[in-house]
Amino acid sequence: MAKSRRWLGLAPASIIMLGLFGGSLGYGIAQSLGWLPFLGQRQLSLAAYRNVLAGEQLGGQWWQALLFSLWVSLAATLGSALICLGLLSSIAERQQQYRGLSTISNLHLAIPHSVWAMALLLVLSQSGIFARIGFALGWLDQPSDFPVLVRDRWGIGIIVAYITKEVPFLLLMGLASLRQQGREYLLVAQSLGANRWQRVRLVLWPLLAPSLIGGSLLVFSFIFGAYEVPALVGVRYPEMLATMALELFLNPDLHARAEGMAVSLLMSLIILLVIGLAWRWRRAEQQP
Amino acid sequence: MSYRSIVWVLALILLVPIAVFLIYAFAQGWFFPALWPERWDRALFLRQLADPQLRRAFGQSLVIATGVSGLALMLGYPAARVLELQAFRGRGLIYGLFFLPTVVPSVATGIGLNIVFLRLGLAGTLFGVMLVHLIPVLPYVVLTLGSSLARYDRNYELQAAVLGASPWFVFWRVSVPMLLPSLVVAGVLAFLISWSQYVLSLLIGGGQIITLPMLLFSAASGGNQSLIASLSLIFIAPLLLLLGLVARYLGSPATGATPRP
Repeated sequence: MAKSRRWLGLAPASIIMLGLFGGSLGYGIAQSLGWLPFLGQRQLSLAAYRNVLAGEQLGGQWWQALLFSLWVSLAATLGSALICLGLLSSIAERQQQYRGLSTISNLHLAIPHSVWAMALLLVLSQSGIFARIGFALGWLDQPSDFPVLVRDRWGIGIIVAYITKEVPFLLLMGLASLRQQGREYLLVAQSLGANRWQRVRLVLWPLLAPSLIGGSLLVFSFIFGAYEVPALVGVRYPEMLATMALELFLNPDLHARAEGMAVSLLMSLIILLVIGLAWRWRRAEQQP
Repeated sequence: MSYRSIVWVLALILLVPIAVFLIYAFAQGWFFPALWPERWDRALFLRQLADPQLRRAFGQSLVIATGVSGLALMLGYPAARVLELQAFRGRGLIYGLFFLPTVVPSVATGIGLNIVFLRLGLAGTLFGVMLVHLIPVLPYVVLTLGSSLARYDRNYELQAAVLGASPWFVFWRVSVPMLLPSLVVAGVLAFLISWSQYVLSLLIGGGQIITLPMLLFSAASGGNQSLIASLSLIFIAPLLLLLGLVARYLGSPATGATPRP
């Protein structure tokens, strides 16, 4: 009785998830191997992967996009994690309640990434609000004097968009572990004579590390695979892997679909590898 | 930084984009070096509001996001209950199944499902888009309800049952009222994730279903700044409204709102 009721509760959600996710994975792999029945092509081969990784045209594009994706994701993840750590360590000792901070961080959800990217475009572009202020203050004479901060070739616009968006997320992750006992431990350390740096390094960091590292990994994997922000505030060259994959897939030449699929699968594989390694590392840490 | 100043900075970061959109949406002939618009004009914004294409997109987004949020609650609540209130083999595996879609990019899942949905005749239908939105939505609903159920005392339900209440009565008069904040927050999160979805709607909507993010993307490539600003305002208005309504629940750990990158 209990057993069948258990499956009754779980089955609908799991079946839908498994069906959608498994279906997408199965068809994705089949297409990347060149199984394109709508083109009458049913022979399996690794041609798409070969083209993507070492092809004359796509090969260079893939490695460029991979490097650029890694740069953007690492810079944005590290930036937001460090800011979050700094903010939390500056308030952890005096603060007992985090309701206000937690509410405002949650409210940041109201601005989706795409809208946030649009706001940055209006503020940071060469004729945006900052450029207007710079002009009024006499710092620049024409729009082109303002640095290219969005749609720039270093991905600064993308990185800024993500850092400002992910700091509230990481704050929420950090607050969850800080709320439990953070302040008590810090006060004990203080009364035992630990100085400020020792308290951050020996008490706060071990307390926050699991949730911040976990949160940062989620941030990294999200940024590495997300399409919206690079599509809106990035440039066509260099591009990120997600934009490369979708553009190939939407290419009027249907043969490019296999390659788009290969790019998106390789991208997902890298994300799963990072998550998997982190998970194993964490398990090893927990069992000394 | 002090606690108060951090809260203020975060509030400012939230308010600045809204202010920027308001200025750009209502400014008239605001050319480059001018610091402040000379004239204000509501005409373009009102024309946007009356635009049939926008109305259609808003309506379709609304139907999809509401439907997805209802579906996700109906599917997610029983699943979260079993996962959180019972111990069984394979529990970790099922949690993994709900965790994976939160890290696998929607570009990858969307491309993979494009053909499947075409075959099934679901591409280009509202139901198809709702179904595919469940991939990013359902995990957050299950995780949010799950973490709230972890603090839930089931004995109240047992008490009611012992006193002769039917399962249906227990559900409506005990479980739902006790879990209401979490259910509402999970529903709002679901709405929000679906509302902001671009890639999956594009790949499954197949040009038949036009949602608000698609209009925003085409405005962005067009480069008309006041149009971008008007659309952004229309895009975030329902989200601000919904989140504002549940704001007091959001900060409380008992609600279990799962943060999202």
